[in-house]
Amino acid sequence: MSKKEIKNIIPPTEDTIEKEYHILNLGPTHPATHGIFQNVLKMDGEIIHEATPTVGYIHRAFEKLAERRPYAQITPITDRLNYCSSPINNFGWYMTVEKLIKAELPKRAEYMRVIIMELSRIADHLICNSVIGVDTGAMTGFLYIFQWREKIYDIFEDICGARLTTNIGRIGGFDTDFPAKTWDKIRNFVKEYPKALQEFANLLERNRIFMDRTVNCGSITAEMALEYSFTGPNLRAAGVDYDVRVANPYSSYQDFDFIIPVGTSGDTYDRFMVRQEEMWQSLKIIEQALKNMPTDGPTHANIPDFYLPPKQEVYNNMEALIYHFKIVMGETDIPAGEVYHCVEGGNGELGFYLVSDGGRTPYRLHFRRPCFIYYQAYPEMIKGSMLSDAIITMSSMNVIAGELDA
Amino acid sequence: MEKAELLELVNTKLKEKFHGSIESAELLYDFPVFVINKEHIHDVLSFLKNDEELNFHFLTDLTGFQTPDEKHLGVIYHLHNMGKNFRVRVKTFFPMANPEIPTATDLWKGANWMERETYDFFGVKFKGHPNLKRILNVDEMNIHPLRKEYPLEDQTRDDKSDKMFGR
Amino acid sequence: MSKELTKRTKLEIAKSPEGLEGPGFFASKLEDVIGLARANSLWPLPFATSCCGIEFMATMASNYDLARFGSERLSFSPRQADMLMVMGTIAKKMGPTLRQVYEQMAEPKWVLSVGACASSGGIFDTYSVLQGIDRIIPVDVYVPGCPPRPEQIIEGILKIQELAKNESFRRRDSAEYKRMLNSYGME
Repeated sequence: MSKKEIKNIIPPTEDTIEKEYHILNLGPTHPATHGIFQNVLKMDGEIIHEATPTVGYIHRAFEKLAERRPYAQITPITDRLNYCSSPINNFGWYMTVEKLIKAELPKRAEYMRVIIMELSRIADHLICNSVIGVDTGAMTGFLYIFQWREKIYDIFEDICGARLTTNIGRIGGFDTDFPAKTWDKIRNFVKEYPKALQEFANLLERNRIFMDRTVNCGSITAEMALEYSFTGPNLRAAGVDYDVRVANPYSSYQDFDFIIPVGTSGDTYDRFMVRQEEMWQSLKIIEQALKNMPTDGPTHANIPDFYLPPKQEVYNNMEALIYHFKIVMGETDIPAGEVYHCVEGGNGELGFYLVSDGGRTPYRLHFRRPCFIYYQAYPEMIKGSMLSDAIITMSSMNVIAGELDA
Repeated sequence: MEKAELLELVNTKLKEKFHGSIESAELLYDFPVFVINKEHIHDVLSFLKNDEELNFHFLTDLTGFQTPDEKHLGVIYHLHNMGKNFRVRVKTFFPMANPEIPTATDLWKGANWMERETYDFFGVKFKGHPNLKRILNVDEMNIHPLRKEYPLEDQTRDDKSDKMFGR
Repeated sequence: MSKELTKRTKLEIAKSPEGLEGPGFFASKLEDVIGLARANSLWPLPFATSCCGIEFMATMASNYDLARFGSERLSFSPRQADMLMVMGTIAKKMGPTLRQVYEQMAEPKWVLSVGACASSGGIFDTYSVLQGIDRIIPVDVYVPGCPPRPEQIIEGILKIQELAKNESFRRRDSAEYKRMLNSYGME
């Protein structure tokens, strides 16, 4: 028998069968990717065999830009990192500078920061979770819960005048106390939001279709997650209870009593549930902060070299005018040194590595962007899954293009 | 554990194993910082990761750096042991003429993109990296933009007159 | 009851174009009728890249509800879209993609540039950011803001509706329009 005939007798197995793959280009402007990521997928039917991601489609050179700006003017850049929760980025940056200049904040300012940070964490998780709903075919949850995001934005707008890119507060604290009606709004939000969140949870959490779509989809083991330097809800969903708020408390987080939710299998459903539970915990933190906050006292640290004096002082007082001028022109001396400070952002450990040579601008500023680091595990997570699962895996990882590309 | 104690602990352990490769060890704010010479950086990182007591199993961050004299480049690693909450910063510097150091991707998979970013920004060549090419910028770019000698601003703009702003 | 309700409700429907009206007929210019139809059923193609995209989500969601203005259906395929909404920073790496999307759209098409970054590069005067999308594609309406509020985005869309309504049939055949396209290197 010739070789050809022998080949015909033996039935083809997995190894001998010649597979034909086709290439599918997903992105960079695919409507389901919520941001601009490109993935070139090598497909076997509907199964993903290999994925090659390309990033950098909104690379804006934050780090180089920061080298040219005085410290206070870097805040607007941090806004645009993870724009779903910009106040956390703002405060993370302030805390980095405060660490460098060794400023001590009064308790009241720290508690005010905690309230704003937890509100923005809710806003962040709310976008992510409602979008998972949209990607699995449930538009209703998105439309319901977005009304509540508007309420959070309303609070931000009262405080700083902006909805999304907030630039909230200053290095050293807040310029004024929040308006009285804003405090009422925050209290109202804490009182009423649980009902809406419960409604949203009822829609999705035990929903048969939703669970069928998300359980065991895009899972990652704890070892692999640590290997890929995962942080935040994605790491906690895999079962590691690492949270910067607890490991390295900043801004008085040690005063609060809250639980770090963890998942077990690191799949899309776990990531969704971890974010859901974190919203409940955030509410709990805000409640405690409202209850235990000192009722009066200064809202900023006593650092006249770095903190803009009140306007009436500037117009009537020579010294205040000098400080004002120096700060606005960026002529205050910042000590030379290097610090690393990290906060628990919406997506995980958001770090700022700042090297100062004593000039008016940082010598080098590096952002540790959690998205950028954990998105590299995406090809491995979707390998062998269906295309439709890859989409919800991406939305459940909450990859924010602005943070990814810096 | 106090940060000073951690610095002492890591320092003695490293001195024992890699005598002469530690250029400096100090406490900068709340971080123990070690400067290691380029030849031993991979061995030191591997030791820090695999030592039972220290066990820096988590690579928090990896980034590049250019020294103010514009003659040297550096790579800065932030390592973390989550269980004991140890954090250290390890630095290494090398001349810009020969920016080549061994990769850390064999120790942490997460180093992959961070090293690509460092290559993109500073032109540090990581020997042994599986796929060392630009990540954020376009492939055609021929500069490493975060080096101090390259300009920040877009060079194609013609609406900025020096006359108007007195630059 | 029903009378009270009719008193209070104020319905606003699109104004009919000028024309000659009589029992059983209404004569008007075809241009006006088509303009009216086009303006109130624009299919937007959201080209959302960054922060402004999140505000666009708010514009689409329950509070601001873009669907009220005839843009219920987002067309993610450029071939069926009438209006390209560019929201967010366009990096130089993204430029060719944006241009390709624009070229794929069928005439008549309008472009709305939302936010400072898309309009001029915004605060990102850096080596990697395109300094305004009008360097690669023609733009009809600019919406300022970083990011603009949903109300502003809606106003931008209303401005585009105005353009669509009053556009003459032959505008896209005119020498002037061709010259404009040629200046962008398009045929």
